[in-house]
Amino acid sequence: MISHKERLAKGIVTGCASVAIFAICSITIYMILKGVPALFKVGPLELLFGTVWRPTGSNPSYGILYIILSSLLATLCSVGIGVPIGVMSAVFLTEIANKKLASIVSPAVELLAAIPSVIYGLLGMMILNPVLFKLEKWIFSGSSTHQFTGGANMLAAIIVLAIMILPTVINMSVSAIRAVPSSLKQASLALGATKMQTIFKAILPAAKSGIVAGIVLGIGRAIGEAMAINMVSGGSVNIPLPFNSVRFLTTQLVSEMSYSQGLHREVLFTVGLVLYIFIMIINFVLLKVKKKGELHA
Amino acid sequence: MNMKKLLAASTAITMFASVLAGCGNTESVSGSVSLAGSTSMNKLCDALSEKFMEEYPDINVQVEYTGSTAGLESLQAGSVDIGDASRSLSDEEKNNGLVENVVAVDGIALITDKENEVADLTTQQLADIYTGKITNWSEVGGKDESIVVIGRENGSGTRSAFEELVGVEEQCAYAQELDSTGAVLGKVAATPGAIGYVSLDVVDDTVSTISLNGVEATEENILAGDYLLSRPFVMATMGEISEQNEAVQTWFEFVGSDAGQEVISSLGLILPETK
Repeated sequence: MISHKERLAKGIVTGCASVAIFAICSITIYMILKGVPALFKVGPLELLFGTVWRPTGSNPSYGILYIILSSLLATLCSVGIGVPIGVMSAVFLTEIANKKLASIVSPAVELLAAIPSVIYGLLGMMILNPVLFKLEKWIFSGSSTHQFTGGANMLAAIIVLAIMILPTVINMSVSAIRAVPSSLKQASLALGATKMQTIFKAILPAAKSGIVAGIVLGIGRAIGEAMAINMVSGGSVNIPLPFNSVRFLTTQLVSEMSYSQGLHREVLFTVGLVLYIFIMIINFVLLKVKKKGELHA
Repeated sequence: MNMKKLLAASTAITMFASVLAGCGNTESVSGSVSLAGSTSMNKLCDALSEKFMEEYPDINVQVEYTGSTAGLESLQAGSVDIGDASRSLSDEEKNNGLVENVVAVDGIALITDKENEVADLTTQQLADIYTGKITNWSEVGGKDESIVVIGRENGSGTRSAFEELVGVEEQCAYAQELDSTGAVLGKVAATPGAIGYVSLDVVDDTVSTISLNGVEATEENILAGDYLLSRPFVMATMGEISEQNEAVQTWFEFVGSDAGQEVISSLGLILPETK
C-alpha cells in the first residue's frame, strides 16, 4: 500500500516537473517552425539587413534591421543608465544607509518592481512625452528635415526602460553584496582602507558575479519589454536616433499582429523568433555567469 | 419524473418569454452566433448583439475583437460564424469562399488638437502632410507649429482605407504609428500640432475635426458621396447568408430589420445603399 502511494506521489511530482520542460520545448519548436519559413521566403539577408519595412504594399518589403538595432540600442543605453544607478543604490542600501533609512528605501524598490509595465507606459506618455516634445522643439527649431514626433521617441523608451530595470539590478546587487563574507570587509578596514575604498575595491569585486547576473537579468527585462515602450516610442520604423520615432522587436509584434495577414504575419513570427533567440542568448550568458559565480564561492 | 417536469416548465417559460419579447416573432430560434474581427466595429457589434439578445433570448451572441484579418481567418478556420472586417474583402479571401455582407458604412474623420486653427484641407494638402512634404501648419494657413503626423499601424483597416482613399499608399511618413483608435484620439488630443485619422463615430470634443475640400465629415455628406474618407463595415460569412444556420440567418434578418438599422444609425454609422 505504502509503495503504491509512494509511486503515485513520485509520478505526480515527475509529471509536474515535465510541464515546464514540455512547455519550453514546444515553444521553441513552434517558434522555429513558424519563424523560419518566412526567413527563407523573403531571404535572410533581405529580412535581417533590409531597412525598409513596408509589409502591406503592392511591392512589399520586409527589412527589420532598424527594428533589431532599435531593440539592441535601447537595451544597451537603458542598461548603461540603469546599472550604475542600480548598483550605487544597492551599495547605499547595504553599506551606507542606517536601518531606518534602509527600511524606507527597500520597500520602495520592491514597490517599483511590482508596478505593472502599463503604468510605466502611461506615466511616460503623460509626463515624459510632453517634456521631450518641448525639448525636441527647442533642439530642432528651424530644422526643415527633422520629423517632429510629439515627444514619442527613442529617448523616452530608453528612460522608461532604465527605470524599469532598476529594481532587478538593485535586488540582485543587494543580495550579492550581502553574500560577501564580513571577514573580507573587516580585513579591508583593518588594513587601513577607508569605507569607500573598502566598498569599491573589496566588496564590489567580490560581489561581481552576482551583480553581473543582475545586469544580465536587467538586459533580459529591457529587451523583452513591450507594453510600456509601445506607449512612449511612437512606433514608426526609423533609424534609432534619440529623437526619432522608433519600433522595437516586441512592439512590432504587439502592434501589427492583430491585423496582419499572409506573408506579413509570417514575417512577424520571424521577428518573434529573432527576439526569442536574443532572449535565449541572454539566458545562456546568465547561466554561465551564475556557474562561474558558484565556482568562485 | 422531476427532471421532465422541470424541463417542460422551463421550456414553456422560455417559449412564453420569447413570444413576449419577440414582438410577433412566434417561431423561437435557439442556438448561438459567434463573431470575431475588427476592433473598429466594437461599438457596432456590442450594440447590435445587446439589442439582438433582448429580442431573441434563446440565441447567444459572442463577439471577439481580434482585428479584421484575424476575424476573417477565424471564419475560414470555421471557429466563428461571422468575420467582422472594417475593409472590403481581398480577392484571395473571396476566392476562399467568404461572402462580403456590408452592414454599414463608416466615415473616417480627420482630427487635430483643440488649439489648431486650420479647419479645412484639400486632398492634395492632406496627401502632402502625410507624405512629409508639408511639415508646418503655417504652410496650410495655420499657426507656426510643426505637424506631428499620427496614424495607425501596418495592417490596420483604418490605415489602409485612409491611405487608399487619399492616394498615399506606401508613401506615408508617420511620426507615430499607434495600434488602436483610442490611442490615436488620445495622442492627437494631447499633442500640440498633431493630426490623425479615426472612425467618425468615436470623435469626441477633446479634438477638432478638419473638413476635406470644404466638405465636413457628416453622415449626410458621406451618404451623398461628397466626403472622400469612408469605408464599409463587413460581416463576412462562409458562403451566402442563406446557407448559414438558422441562428446566423436570424442575426442577419435582425441587422436588416428596422430595429437593427436603428442601432446602426444611432451609432453615427451610415446604412449601405443596397439592402
